[in-house]
Amino acid sequence: MTTLTADQAQSHWWQSRVMRRFRSHRLALLGLCMISLLTLACVIGPYLLPYDSLYIDLRARFAPPFSGDHYLGTDPLGRDVAARLLMAGRISLLVGFSAMILATMVGTVVGVIAGYRGGWISAVLMRIVDGFLSYPSIFLLLALAAVLKPSPMMITVIIAVTGWMEVARIVEAEVRSLKEREFVLAGRMLGLSRMHIMFREILPNVTGPIIVAATLTVARAILLEAYISFLGFGIQPPLPSWGNMLNGAQQYLASAPWLAIIPGIAITIAVSSFNFIGDGLRDALDVRNDTV
Amino acid sequence: MTANPDTDDSQKSALSVRGLTVTLPDGMERAHAVKDVSFDLERGQILCVIGESGSGKSVTANTIMGLLPRVIGVSAGSIMLDGRDIIGMDAESLRDLRGRVVSMIFQDPLSALNPLMTVGAQVDEAMRAHGIGTPASRRKRAVELLTEVGLPDPALMYSQYPFRLSGGQRQRVMIAMALALEPSILIADEPTTALDVTTQAQILELIRDIQRRKGMSVLFITHDFGVVAEIADSVVVMEKGHVVEQGTADQVLKSPEHPYTKRLIAAVPHLTDKDRPSLQAKGSGTVLQVEGLTKTYRSGSALLRSLRVVPAVREVSFELASGRTLGVVGESGSGKSSLGRLLTKLMDCDGGRILFEGRDIAPMAEAEFRPLRQRIQMIFQDPFASLNPRATIGRILTVGPIAHGMPYAKAREDARALLDLVGLDAGAFGRYPHEFSGGQRQRIGIARALMFKPTLLVADEAVSALDVSIQAQILQLLDKIQRETGVSMIFITHDLRVASQICDDIAVMQRGRVVEMGPPSQIFLNPKSDYTRELVAAIPGERDERHALAAAEG
Repeated sequence: MTTLTADQAQSHWWQSRVMRRFRSHRLALLGLCMISLLTLACVIGPYLLPYDSLYIDLRARFAPPFSGDHYLGTDPLGRDVAARLLMAGRISLLVGFSAMILATMVGTVVGVIAGYRGGWISAVLMRIVDGFLSYPSIFLLLALAAVLKPSPMMITVIIAVTGWMEVARIVEAEVRSLKEREFVLAGRMLGLSRMHIMFREILPNVTGPIIVAATLTVARAILLEAYISFLGFGIQPPLPSWGNMLNGAQQYLASAPWLAIIPGIAITIAVSSFNFIGDGLRDALDVRNDTV
Repeated sequence: MTANPDTDDSQKSALSVRGLTVTLPDGMERAHAVKDVSFDLERGQILCVIGESGSGKSVTANTIMGLLPRVIGVSAGSIMLDGRDIIGMDAESLRDLRGRVVSMIFQDPLSALNPLMTVGAQVDEAMRAHGIGTPASRRKRAVELLTEVGLPDPALMYSQYPFRLSGGQRQRVMIAMALALEPSILIADEPTTALDVTTQAQILELIRDIQRRKGMSVLFITHDFGVVAEIADSVVVMEKGHVVEQGTADQVLKSPEHPYTKRLIAAVPHLTDKDRPSLQAKGSGTVLQVEGLTKTYRSGSALLRSLRVVPAVREVSFELASGRTLGVVGESGSGKSSLGRLLTKLMDCDGGRILFEGRDIAPMAEAEFRPLRQRIQMIFQDPFASLNPRATIGRILTVGPIAHGMPYAKAREDARALLDLVGLDAGAFGRYPHEFSGGQRQRIGIARALMFKPTLLVADEAVSALDVSIQAQILQLLDKIQRETGVSMIFITHDLRVASQICDDIAVMQRGRVVEMGPPSQIFLNPKSDYTRELVAAIPGERDERHALAAAEG
């Protein structure tokens, strides 16, 4: 998102048009609001709540939501669900964002090099992309998570490893068409190095598609983290994540349904918000959507 | 065309436009695309609408075809077609008129044909859409049409896909489609702008011929007075959405009244019999010597038996003295652009020598050539694609010198001085390419090429994408720069008139070879090769001048 604002500061005409289209996309605006609220709550929320996420109060086990000081109830160990939800949100969102940044960076670098260099370099890089794509990513995730020690950082890396290929493909296609433009030839004529042409002349022209792919990658990363944590291979208790909160809740589904419903809602909100933002950005950045 | 358009005579005119005003949406550069435009297209005549880009001539044509985008609306006026006003007509009746009464051919034959349909199917579709004939009769008619527009082997052409056809052949197919329903009016929107001179001459002749045979009325839109002189019966001159002058072709061409018309006519480059006064005496030192330069394109692979070998440049040799300009002219596919890229080493050659200031740069690796690269710079064709849309003008100009180690402050100072030299104010430094017009962007491209104070400038179709009047300004600028800096130039163009304006010598290329080389006076007045003769004969609007010049010579 920071890249987008930087672009807007550079270009007034561009800014007005894209921003106008983005603003007219109601769902995207809603998504943006939800994500901002959720992030804000996760960052400052835990400091405002009366209980720590790890504080065990065995006398208050299975307190239902809206009872006393436990706004969202308590879990089987009497820990405050609200505090755990927000702490888990910190981890889930952090893993999601970091995985996105990692995946986008790797994908962009691979895509730019493959697209610009062409020939055997492109062939090798893109076959690697195909190889990763043809491997069932959930299976890979589980296999890696079973072998490696699951820390938040390791989970981030694993999710990024299975998620960079889409960005690479999008960037490769864009760069391949951009490199035929005369301004790239002009860069060569000026004696600019290949790195300079690839990353400082061409790359800024591909930011639009990259941002769109990145937003959708965040959504996917949050979902994946929840998925593997739910299966028990992800973030390990007592550290909370939305996924392992669900895991802990499954045996109490009948007696304490809020334990599953509350993190479920959080995941749904986060994932759909990012998808809405992605859709909105895609429409906003696509010049063909101009209603002329 | 009557001199006084207010005398309405709808019997005589096929199309009559009265007080047409088309409003643009808010926030555009002006409130009206066209304002209070009136003219008549007489039956069986060719009316040329001429103006620079942005003059509203295409909007006028699209309004007549009912093809305006929805946000742009007609706010006043009438368009009488066969005695019926088409403004405010419902979509269904308009669709019926389109093709049957009015047909249109477009500028770009490449994008106007559907690449996935055979030529025959597309001509057929024009008839089928209006429910005419049976499949068999339509097929017969389509082949007839293809014959009529002069396509070779029409029966075979019927089942070809557009990608197999040349630009000129595609434009012929477009004309066949437009003629399918025997319209009484043909609108041609810059139909020859994207074509070579020789092809342009053929297409103009075809349109003229068909118009005479069928007694059609043609509304011909162009920005080139050369074309007007070639084809028009009457002329409407448009500037910024207004009609500034109209009259018969003779009137407007010979005794233009409005200053804008005069300016446009004066801007048309003409062949001259005088060679350019040379900047320096011949033989004052050779900057570039090219010997037997060869480049062959290979595509596909030998393994899959799909190898295609296309010789682009074959055994080209020439010499360029310092401070002089060599023009390289030829049709598209003649290898002139490839030659430009070989000389600037944006592409590697397969054989031959390029001696730049005595050193052979052809075999040099990129790293070895890098310090020399600054001395050979290039001006590109497309002013929109050649500037990075995401970089400020300042960055575009300074990025090269800084990469070669110039301190930023010095680069910025040079850039500002050059902006001044090419006629832009220093405020351009912090702005983005999209804020500039085509001509201004080309000035920026020239400034970029001059940042290194090069000794050789290669201009690849540097003015081809510009309006005639802007062309003249850019040519003057290049001339001024050459006089001030003494830079040598290779000027690549398909337009012989432009070449005659700026070049000391001209090399004519055909299929990768230089077929003739000499000063403009020789090339244009006394061409040695048949191909050169053909090219010169195809220049639009020069018949009278050539005769006069030849008479003066003889």
